[in-house]
Amino acid sequence: MALKLADYKTEVHNDWCPGCGDFGILNSIQMALADMQVPPHNTAIFSGVGCSGKTPHFIKTYGIHTLHGRVLPFAQGAKLANPDLEVLAVGGDGDGLGIGAGHFVSAGRRNVDMVYIIFNNAVYGLTKGQASPTLKLGVKTKSLPQPNVNNSVNPIALALVSGFTFLARGYSYDIKHLKDIIKKAVAHKGLAFVDVLQPCPTYNDINTKEWFSGQDNLDPETKKVMPRLYKLEETGYDGIVNDPSEVNEKMAKVVEKSNEWGSKIPIGVFYQNEHIPTYQERISARIPNYIQNSPAGQKIADETGRSITNIERLVNDLRLDR
Amino acid sequence: MSEIINSLSWVIGGAQGSGVDSAANIFSRACALGGLHIYGKREYYSNIKGEHSYFTVRVSEKPVRCHVETINVLVSFDAETVLRHFDEVSEGGCIIYNEELLDTTLDEIPTIDDYGSARIKKTLQKAGLGFSVKDALQYAQSRGAVLYSLPYFQLLEEFAQKTNNPALSKLTRMTNVMALSSSMSLLGFDADALAKAIRFIFRAKKSAAETNVQAAEFMYNYTAAKFSGQDGFRYRLKTKPVDKEIVIAQGNQASAMGKMVAGCRFQTYYPITPASDDSEFLESNEILDLHGSDEKGSTVVVQTEDEIAAITMAIGGALTGSRSATATSGPGFSLMAEALGWAGMNEVPLVVSLYQRAGPATGLPTRHEQGDLNFAINAGHGEFPRIVFASGDIEESFYDTIKAFNFADRYQLPVIHMLDKAIANSVMTLPVFDPGRVKIERGLLAGKISESDKGVAGNYLRFRLSDNPVSPRIPLGTKDAIFWNTGDEHTEEGHITEDPELRTQMMDKRMGKLDLALKEIADEDKAVMYGDKDADIALIGWGSTKGVILDAIEELKKDGIKVKFIQVRLMNPFPSETVSSLLGNSRILVDIEMNYQGQLGSLVRQHVGRQYDHQVVKYNGRPMSLDEVYNAVKRISAGNAPRRQVLKNGS
Repeated sequence: MALKLADYKTEVHNDWCPGCGDFGILNSIQMALADMQVPPHNTAIFSGVGCSGKTPHFIKTYGIHTLHGRVLPFAQGAKLANPDLEVLAVGGDGDGLGIGAGHFVSAGRRNVDMVYIIFNNAVYGLTKGQASPTLKLGVKTKSLPQPNVNNSVNPIALALVSGFTFLARGYSYDIKHLKDIIKKAVAHKGLAFVDVLQPCPTYNDINTKEWFSGQDNLDPETKKVMPRLYKLEETGYDGIVNDPSEVNEKMAKVVEKSNEWGSKIPIGVFYQNEHIPTYQERISARIPNYIQNSPAGQKIADETGRSITNIERLVNDLRLDR
Repeated sequence: MSEIINSLSWVIGGAQGSGVDSAANIFSRACALGGLHIYGKREYYSNIKGEHSYFTVRVSEKPVRCHVETINVLVSFDAETVLRHFDEVSEGGCIIYNEELLDTTLDEIPTIDDYGSARIKKTLQKAGLGFSVKDALQYAQSRGAVLYSLPYFQLLEEFAQKTNNPALSKLTRMTNVMALSSSMSLLGFDADALAKAIRFIFRAKKSAAETNVQAAEFMYNYTAAKFSGQDGFRYRLKTKPVDKEIVIAQGNQASAMGKMVAGCRFQTYYPITPASDDSEFLESNEILDLHGSDEKGSTVVVQTEDEIAAITMAIGGALTGSRSATATSGPGFSLMAEALGWAGMNEVPLVVSLYQRAGPATGLPTRHEQGDLNFAINAGHGEFPRIVFASGDIEESFYDTIKAFNFADRYQLPVIHMLDKAIANSVMTLPVFDPGRVKIERGLLAGKISESDKGVAGNYLRFRLSDNPVSPRIPLGTKDAIFWNTGDEHTEEGHITEDPELRTQMMDKRMGKLDLALKEIADEDKAVMYGDKDADIALIGWGSTKGVILDAIEELKKDGIKVKFIQVRLMNPFPSETVSSLLGNSRILVDIEMNYQGQLGSLVRQHVGRQYDHQVVKYNGRPMSLDEVYNAVKRISAGNAPRRQVLKNGS
């Protein structure tokens, strides 16, 4: 029996603000899972803290709402102990790129086969709108006492140099496009990063839905509205590394593209490189039966509770009678 | 003067990186191969190469569990070792030294800092001596030590010529084995057992092993020919038949082996002294043999970016049903505090091996202390259940590790297994580990759920409220059992709630597990009594002071002083009733701890309502010696001890 979208939804009341970009991301995740018929019981969605941290409670898969900034290590731990699980990590931009930035970089180095989605609205919503690491320098969103004094981090470029092997950006109000990106991220072999631009209708009065759709961005001649977002795939951009020799060239393009902001902002797949071994493959190279006999799957005791681990080889090294 | 057979304290010192450890390991193993008991302890600086490190090995025909103050055999091949330890050498003992360094003075050794230098100068000055190696040796000699001079570099040359291998003359690294071998020759120890021990320690490098065996033989014979043995050096080692049930083990291996037996299959860590060895041992032996199967088991060991990642990754692993652990020391444990609370909140079984070292901050990174007890019991904000369990020695740490995982599973909470530098960096002979002694108990871990575990919405109730505070647990990935976790207060399904009634019920559920644990955990895992149960003096302690206290009790007994010792093992929840009953009618309670405050003493006052009468504490980073504890208790027994005695010995 095919799983329906409703099978991925819970009854939990959703208390996000009306018009929150989170809704679009939530729907996209649920639609992607349904499209791919991912078994809910075999899926674990981890989240950080903040509005986006509540996401797992609305999805009917295993849902682990962790600590502020720590979603990646929690999620990686589960995936490494049970490599059969489909693992998705979600969290806010402050969660992942501020308090959790160290984990972000280190996760890239490991390339664990899972997905990380950042809900990027440039503010800390749940704590009433402070500047997040993706808010541009000098911008003053409505609850900031002063314009933002920090420069912004470029999440795609940071993920690239950290070693993530799939990089994409979506927009929370383009659900179909975002859903397709998430499906590609899930299908990707390795660590996939999806940066999702989203308005915070309550606290970000600069990067609003209207701003993204370009209501203020008029063609000087025609006076027509020019949407800020454009799709990379529609420009002939190809970020897929087909051969390892293309890596440098493709990486340079990612940096160039991800720096675009202002009147033209690209969304779509920036980069994909499946030539880098995943962490699971690296472990398998040392522990040949790791996947078949993973930490979670290993039997550790017999029926009587006696340990089945045989440490005699090690104990023999300590013995004195031989 | 009569000979003293099979009872001595042997010390080798040298610059870090010069093979002090290898030499000491060879010595320890050789003695053990010769049927003798040993206890060895390693002291070293937070440094890679050059600073002074030394290894003390106590040898006896009976089990030994601590070090003593005096040195009977001081083995050196550098000047610093002589200058640092000359005044510790006993009458009838000896110093083996490099005669080519006789004129080296204290001021020429940059690794002895001003404070140490001033202390040494004071000692030498008082004796009217100068500050050279020669002066130090003279000091020792005047106090009855026998001096053995060896021209190491000349001997290396000779050895190189003899073996037709000129390259060997430059191999100053070998002076460690040469010095060690000389000491064995002087002690009259069996040369075959020595060769066997050398081959074992160098077993990974066969050619190095043979060169070292040859060098050892060369030095053994040279020493025997040069020194008569009729010069007042009183110590001898005679081999005895080996007891098959005795092994020699290092503290940093025992808990790791316990993890293998316990079925811990996922361990995370961030490098930190003295905890890293635990993880490295697991990783070095990541493929595991299994009983009754050709298939292999394995431990996935992950080095993380920091300790926050270490504990959260381990929690992620634990959620999949894999027994999971992380190992750290104080600074790392400080970083783990928030996640510890998450594990408590979400009832995740997790073992944290906490290898204490001297704090706070970076503290004395390679030195010993028991300063983290209060912190282990209280780390993290808010209130959540955790078990804190402390091992007293290497042998206990093996079995306790398995028990720690059992506690974690049975009560679904984080267990902090307290170990320390003194355990991690010591080596001793002990009864062979029996992996079958502790059964694996996984508590309410189910492979599937029953209808009664489901709520009205048809969802599995991970945190089901019932008479039992422990609710059935399911690994992530189990069919038909989806649940949620959150660091927020949660419903039975695991969804966020701020309902006041449910909050109270969930707090009661979680904290109630501690009452259950106190009820169910065996007495022997709560607190253990040694010595004379009717003794007037009761010593109370925890962790690695066990060894020195037990050895001191035996010495005190020889003086007719009866004491008992209560070793507290379950530090949280505190076993008030057990401790209270073990204390019995003892008139004088003595708290002995390796920290400033007497943290256990406070716990006893808090939980048992008994204020200690005397306190014996130490916080200079060096473990308590037999002499220190013996003297401290003896003073108490004689009625002339201050309420607080601070021990200060050790170099």
